Amino acid sequence: MINVSKLKKGIVIDHITAGYGYKLFRQLHLDTLDDVVVLMRNVQSSKLGKKDLIKIETDLPLDFTVLGLIDPGITVSYIQDGVCVDKTKPTLPQRVEGILTCKNPRCISNIEHIDSVTFDLVDEAKKEYACEYCEARTRL
Amino acid sequence: MPRFRNLIDPSDFSVDELYELVADAQKIISSPDNFKHVADGKILASLFYEPSTRTKFSFDSAMLRLGGQVIGFSDPSTSSTAKGETIADSAKTVSQYADIIVVRHPKEGTARLMSKFADCPVINAGDGGHQHPTQTLTDLLTIMSCVGRLDNLSVGVCGDLKFGRTIHSLVTCLARFPRNRFVFISPDELSMPAYVKETISKHGVEFCETSDLEGSMPQLDILYMSRVQRERFVSEEEYLRLKDYFILTAAKMQCAKPDMIVMHPLPRVNEIATEVDSDPRAKYFEQVRFGMFIRMALIMKLLNL
Repeated sequence: MINVSKLKKGIVIDHITAGYGYKLFRQLHLDTLDDVVVLMRNVQSSKLGKKDLIKIETDLPLDFTVLGLIDPGITVSYIQDGVCVDKTKPTLPQRVEGILTCKNPRCISNIEHIDSVTFDLVDEAKKEYACEYCEARTRL
Repeated sequence: MPRFRNLIDPSDFSVDELYELVADAQKIISSPDNFKHVADGKILASLFYEPSTRTKFSFDSAMLRLGGQVIGFSDPSTSSTAKGETIADSAKTVSQYADIIVVRHPKEGTARLMSKFADCPVINAGDGGHQHPTQTLTDLLTIMSCVGRLDNLSVGVCGDLKFGRTIHSLVTCLARFPRNRFVFISPDELSMPAYVKETISKHGVEFCETSDLEGSMPQLDILYMSRVQRERFVSEEEYLRLKDYFILTAAKMQCAKPDMIVMHPLPRVNEIATEVDSDPRAKYFEQVRFGMFIRMALIMKLLNL
């Protein structure tokens, strides 16, 4: 059993579906932080059986827009002085930028280099977003 | 706020603006001489990255009849694209020469991309299978001029409803006007895509789907025919199997109301028999002329003339 010490200050991303932790780690670009980041995979969970978990020892505000898109069951806890001061559950963002890529091979965004393509939520149940250029529906 | 008013999608204009545009086009039709110098000194850049005689001629003649001039190309191999220039750079560059850009491109979303970088208004003249908004404006002017209203219409659309971008644009646009109803007439393989049906359902619009053209005709105010497009098929065999599925003949026209009109975005292959051309209800060649007038009105609107 591996033990990771309790976080004094930072953010805990909990209840990540097992296997999604690394995907989330990459999408949040946590590899670019200088802070301590721990990714734990396949942790035992009474609720999920197995789960992934990320702990980030940071003062920086992080953009968690992508969380709801990848795994809406996640909880985000903000820790100060070893105590949880805020807990949130991410929801699906209405608009995402630079996270999704259009799956329509006929879309201009797959031909031209475009820095950041915007997608708008069009079907919450199916987690589908429409490309700003061709309007084709895409999921992460 | 966008820097310029563009036309990328028919929904870029409100219903009131669409009525205004149609009314402006009708003013041009009734007194063309009043408009032949309104665009004096203005230049339209016509960027056709894929072949289209009809739409290109329509825009070019619209600008020339307003007194403006036209530059551009209809073969991308003669443009800087052949040297690897990006769409963004082309938009920025061309807009230094021209006052307005018309673009047709085989890739979906190109006109929107261009509008982000151009320093002048951009009109989408067709982006692959996605949108063709000026055809929709043409259709609205035709309907208003031949039927007298844009609401409370029973509209049958027939043929390739799966790949027909003009059909998708027209149906979603007409769904914004009150009490319009649709009959989608096609073989199963070419039926209306789910997203179009979902969109019009959100407006509470009534529609039904059938493969019976003759049986549908008596209830229609408008029959909109479409071509089964070879270029949208991967398999030639599949194209050949479906291209003759619906052919409108003089005999079938006998099932229609005396004031029903027949429309078609053209070019046709054989989906309307030439014997129908002499029927006064056949409006598809007039539709071409209406296309030029609505484009004149559009150019004036976007250039604030």
